[in-house]
Amino acid sequence: MTAPLDPNLAETGLRHVRKALPHDSAEKHVSGKAIYIDDIVEPVGTLHVVPGWARKAVRGKLVRLDLDKVRQAPGVVAVLTADDIPGTNDCSSAFGDDPVLAKNEILFYGQVAFAVVAETRDAARRAALLADIEVEPITPIITAEDAVAADITVLPDYQFRRGSPETGMTAAEKTLSGVMHIGGQEHFYLEGQVAMAIPQEDGGMFVHSSTQHPTEIQHTVAKVLGVPDAAVTAEVRRMGGGFGGKESQANQWAALAALAADRTGRACKMRLDRDDDMIMTGKRHDFRVEWQIGHDGEGRIRAVDLNFLARCGYSADLSLGVNDRTMFHADSSYFYPDAVIRSRRLRTDTCSNTAFRGFGGPQGMLAAERMIDAIAITLGKDPLEIRKLNFYDGERNLTPYGMPVEEYQVMHDLIAELEESAGYWARREKVKAFNAENAILKKGLALTPVKFGISFTLKHLNQAGALVHLYTDGSVHLNHGGTEMGQGLYQKVAQVVAEEFGVSMDKVVITATNTSKVPNTAPTAASSGTDLNAMAAKKAAGEIKQRLIAFLSEQHQCSADVIYFGDNKVLVGEKSYSLAEVAKQAHVARIQLSHAGFYATPMITWERESATGRPFFYFAYGGACAEVTIDTMTGEMTVDRVDLLHDVGHSLNPAIDMGQIEGGFIQGMGWLTTEELVWDEEGRLRTHAPSTYKIPTASDVPEDFRVKLYESKGNPQDSIYRSKAVGEPPVMLANSVFCAINDAVASLKPGVVPDLDAPATPEAIMKAVRGMRERQAAE
Amino acid sequence: MRDTIRFLKGGELIELTDVKPTETVLDYLRLRTGQKGTKEGCGEGDCGACTVAVGRLVEGKLVYQPVNSCIQLLGMIDGAELVTVEDLAEDGRLHPVQRAMADLHGSQCGFCTPGFIMSLFTLYHAEGQTKSRKAVTDWLAGNLCRCTGYRPIIDAALESCFDSADDAFAWRGNETREKLRQITDSSDIFLGDSESFFASPTSIDGLAALYRQHPDATLVSGATDVGLWITKQLRELPKVIWLGRIFGLDRVEETPSGLLIGATATYVSCEAAIADLSPDLGELWRRIGSKQVRVSGTVGGNIANGSPIGDTPPALIALGATLELQNADGSRTLPLEDFFIDYGRQDRKEDEFVTGVFVPRPDPNQIFRCYKISKRFDQDISAVMGAFRFTVMDSRITEARIAYGGMAGTPKRAKGAETALIGASLEDPSTWGAGMKALLADYTPMTDMRASAGYRMETARALLAKALMEASGTEAAQVRVLAAREAADDRAA
Repeated sequence: MTAPLDPNLAETGLRHVRKALPHDSAEKHVSGKAIYIDDIVEPVGTLHVVPGWARKAVRGKLVRLDLDKVRQAPGVVAVLTADDIPGTNDCSSAFGDDPVLAKNEILFYGQVAFAVVAETRDAARRAALLADIEVEPITPIITAEDAVAADITVLPDYQFRRGSPETGMTAAEKTLSGVMHIGGQEHFYLEGQVAMAIPQEDGGMFVHSSTQHPTEIQHTVAKVLGVPDAAVTAEVRRMGGGFGGKESQANQWAALAALAADRTGRACKMRLDRDDDMIMTGKRHDFRVEWQIGHDGEGRIRAVDLNFLARCGYSADLSLGVNDRTMFHADSSYFYPDAVIRSRRLRTDTCSNTAFRGFGGPQGMLAAERMIDAIAITLGKDPLEIRKLNFYDGERNLTPYGMPVEEYQVMHDLIAELEESAGYWARREKVKAFNAENAILKKGLALTPVKFGISFTLKHLNQAGALVHLYTDGSVHLNHGGTEMGQGLYQKVAQVVAEEFGVSMDKVVITATNTSKVPNTAPTAASSGTDLNAMAAKKAAGEIKQRLIAFLSEQHQCSADVIYFGDNKVLVGEKSYSLAEVAKQAHVARIQLSHAGFYATPMITWERESATGRPFFYFAYGGACAEVTIDTMTGEMTVDRVDLLHDVGHSLNPAIDMGQIEGGFIQGMGWLTTEELVWDEEGRLRTHAPSTYKIPTASDVPEDFRVKLYESKGNPQDSIYRSKAVGEPPVMLANSVFCAINDAVASLKPGVVPDLDAPATPEAIMKAVRGMRERQAAE
Repeated sequence: MRDTIRFLKGGELIELTDVKPTETVLDYLRLRTGQKGTKEGCGEGDCGACTVAVGRLVEGKLVYQPVNSCIQLLGMIDGAELVTVEDLAEDGRLHPVQRAMADLHGSQCGFCTPGFIMSLFTLYHAEGQTKSRKAVTDWLAGNLCRCTGYRPIIDAALESCFDSADDAFAWRGNETREKLRQITDSSDIFLGDSESFFASPTSIDGLAALYRQHPDATLVSGATDVGLWITKQLRELPKVIWLGRIFGLDRVEETPSGLLIGATATYVSCEAAIADLSPDLGELWRRIGSKQVRVSGTVGGNIANGSPIGDTPPALIALGATLELQNADGSRTLPLEDFFIDYGRQDRKEDEFVTGVFVPRPDPNQIFRCYKISKRFDQDISAVMGAFRFTVMDSRITEARIAYGGMAGTPKRAKGAETALIGASLEDPSTWGAGMKALLADYTPMTDMRASAGYRMETARALLAKALMEASGTEAAQVRVLAAREAADDRAA
């Protein structure tokens, strides 16, 4: 059964770090005392904001926006349109193409055209339905194929090229090609988008926002209101889930709440209805992937040509980074001697796709696994053999973007261990026997690797700040730029700070992320929250500690070596003080007991223009083995057993890391199986509630689910306590489930590569099954 | 006549006169009383973040059930104890289910957690549950978590929920029962005026009279569908008649010839009896909605609202069920399939209401099978639902009753296939072809977000083929993935 790795704490001398402590808010979560934005006691007179939109329109000219009836509705205080915006009508992260409120045209189904501000949320929701909106329709571009035909993009094309894929392809013994569709994914954070804005003196604004990026909330609100950044403060104690969906997509709702607060002079709260949330906000990018691969006839890859056609939606949002990361992960764990990896960022008249845990990486890796499967199937070999044959190794260790895979040995060891512990080869025989005996039900098995690059590929985001105060009672106030969305970041950072001061966890008081305490922060994203913020917090605490050591060694005329912080005490030679006593003495001696720590990730040299340099500090590794059963009459599927082995370096908190691994895997499994986004022919999203969009539920978790942390020798890079980032990589462990389904379908007709698209819903599985049967019938 | 709603909360009697007909329990908690531990995740009863426990006297016993407070009307908890996440800790000590969830890392972002805690609380108090992973996942299917991957939550449930209840709610059980007895009465409730009211009659005659007077009123039973009209469609429903306190309307009567399910009997209250008719019906019931939906939702409501994707009608139609309707003039019965005239249209007079459905028990020479196909096994709406009853004499089909959901604007019989299968031999699959072919002409399914028309038709035929295969002796474990999984689990155990 699943059990967290329990590192030998005594050996390391560590008291808090590497300990499987519960989430800092666990007891508050279970007792309903954890406060989310919508739970904050509202200031007297708080108003409620609800978005209004053209419920039939997809794309077109906004010819009439008659809001008289909305204004006259009971309880309505104000109705806001683009004309009410004092600053800039834009809530984009960078590219200036995301209107807060539609002006002149409707760009996608669900675009917000106006906002109702009313005494109650119910009154605002009812009033929002009364608008008279006329849109002169333009035929929308909905699919990637439509956008390719129209040749329309949100950002320029980009590519990595190494060697000569053309020559390589010609020289290859065998070439294979195909097209694969990979679906998007709705975040379905349990807490929907929400913000509350409270007007301050002199045009200032305090904004509570459920966001992964408070700094961007601050900047967006300032830009929309036309006030300096310094006049706006954004704060978030916790989110009810983020998964990338609150990296840029929280901006609009905070901006609208702030605009309403600015216009009315009253506190204003905006909490999206679930359907509005799912219709209006962006999702994981869906792709059409065109692939071609050449190999040496034995399965060793010679050349690769990949074309990633991403549906970005109506604006750029974070599509640059997302699609770059798709390209960075198009190799999965395999060496491509000659390769061209192309990427088109297509513009469609749909919601603007955005960050989602893995940030494009999962799609890139899934395409690589499809190519490997295709080689194996056509050669009649086991896919695992082909995977291992193409792993990076000592000689063949350069990625298509030029970064060496230094820890290839970890990849080899981890996969070998999993192969053994999962009993892959014995089970392969059992699967074959089952399939020989069963005509209708078929089993599939797959073991797939994960290699995920850690760092923002936008170099300047790899920095973090923390603010630590030591008070004279010995308590520690901890603040940093990272946000808590359930991933346990706050607890991990607190563990690091408690370790630094040698105090128990209860002495470290965790506080809400706030732009006035730590400014100019990066989003909590790219799995980097702990790597960056824990390092900054360690520096802040370490600096205060150094000052105390200097003070004490002068005071006691002793060397720094005899001063020790631990067990809530400060030992100076033979003498023992409480931290409070030392803090008091230092304060009296006018020593500053507060410090702002700062950290910038070293070694990152990536230059996008020239596509050279090192984009990642390091890679995180993992492996997964999945067994499934499919019904070849209906396409139904069960996941029967899953074994996961994942590399987190030296874990900062094994319990939290296990949670990330298991949760990430199940979320990835949902993306590849039950979670299907459906747009109708007019371009309207039809799956905008949990009644129609199906994330995994408890019974979808395989009953036989074995999860282990890889026994790492530690991150070879100097990361925080030699740990590795864990937020995103486990999502891609779920590729094993998709490949196992593919394996089950492939059993129907040896040698034929199934035409299985993601997500593998019953209908998608049946389509692939039908394809196999048609091939069989044709012979 | 009573003009108040009465319930217990935190040991106190709450008595309200100012209850809007469509006010939900969640809005009452969060907006009126400021108890914000209970969360809104979706507002349509699909995510379970808003789960609360509702305690009621059932045959003298205190039973706690999980309820989606976002779509439960406040008036519907009359006579009950309402328990929310704030109520569980005793003297600052966490409840055993809270302790287990915290210790076993069952929360990450924490937003779904109060809902899970309340579902676990009801499982903790449930009697007769065998400790098993499946019991847990069934119980929790209506609670979505996006962070943990559920494993630690399942572990917390297994650790904390299967010993006999030993918490403050158990200790003061007698006291609570006594308090509930005191607020349980047979008075009709009427809050509001003739233009806008919440009414809860206690007799069928009282309902008939009230409905005749207000045929524009909305009849509400479990509110698992009507709740969404309120929270999602923002429909104004000024007149609400809740059927939950009508004496005898929730009866479940097993007779040698079949099963009578009263209109307000919940899925849960008839699940044992229905499983007794056929194991497939039991499995179908298990997969309808979630625990939260099944403790509130009713078979009568599933039929009366005429949804083309309701899961019970195809099965009940295939079994030859009849529907009972009544108004102030009297009652009538009709074959269930005749009730469904067209999409959104049922054979129901303005002031008529459903009183029950009678489900004939399959004869020994009848074979019944039903299959539900959906993207997710639990708590999903069917893309296709197929139900089959074959009457067999000497391995030949003498009569077939076949009905599908999701294939037309209403639950509908496959008359062509039924006729074509007469005379088919279960021993000779080549005789099934005519039935399989006739099915193509029985339906013209639609494409929507759940499935394409082509997949629906292909699957409908596959289900008929499966039913025939199983009727001819093929083991379920060879043709159903869930049955195969269970068979494997049994072997492992």
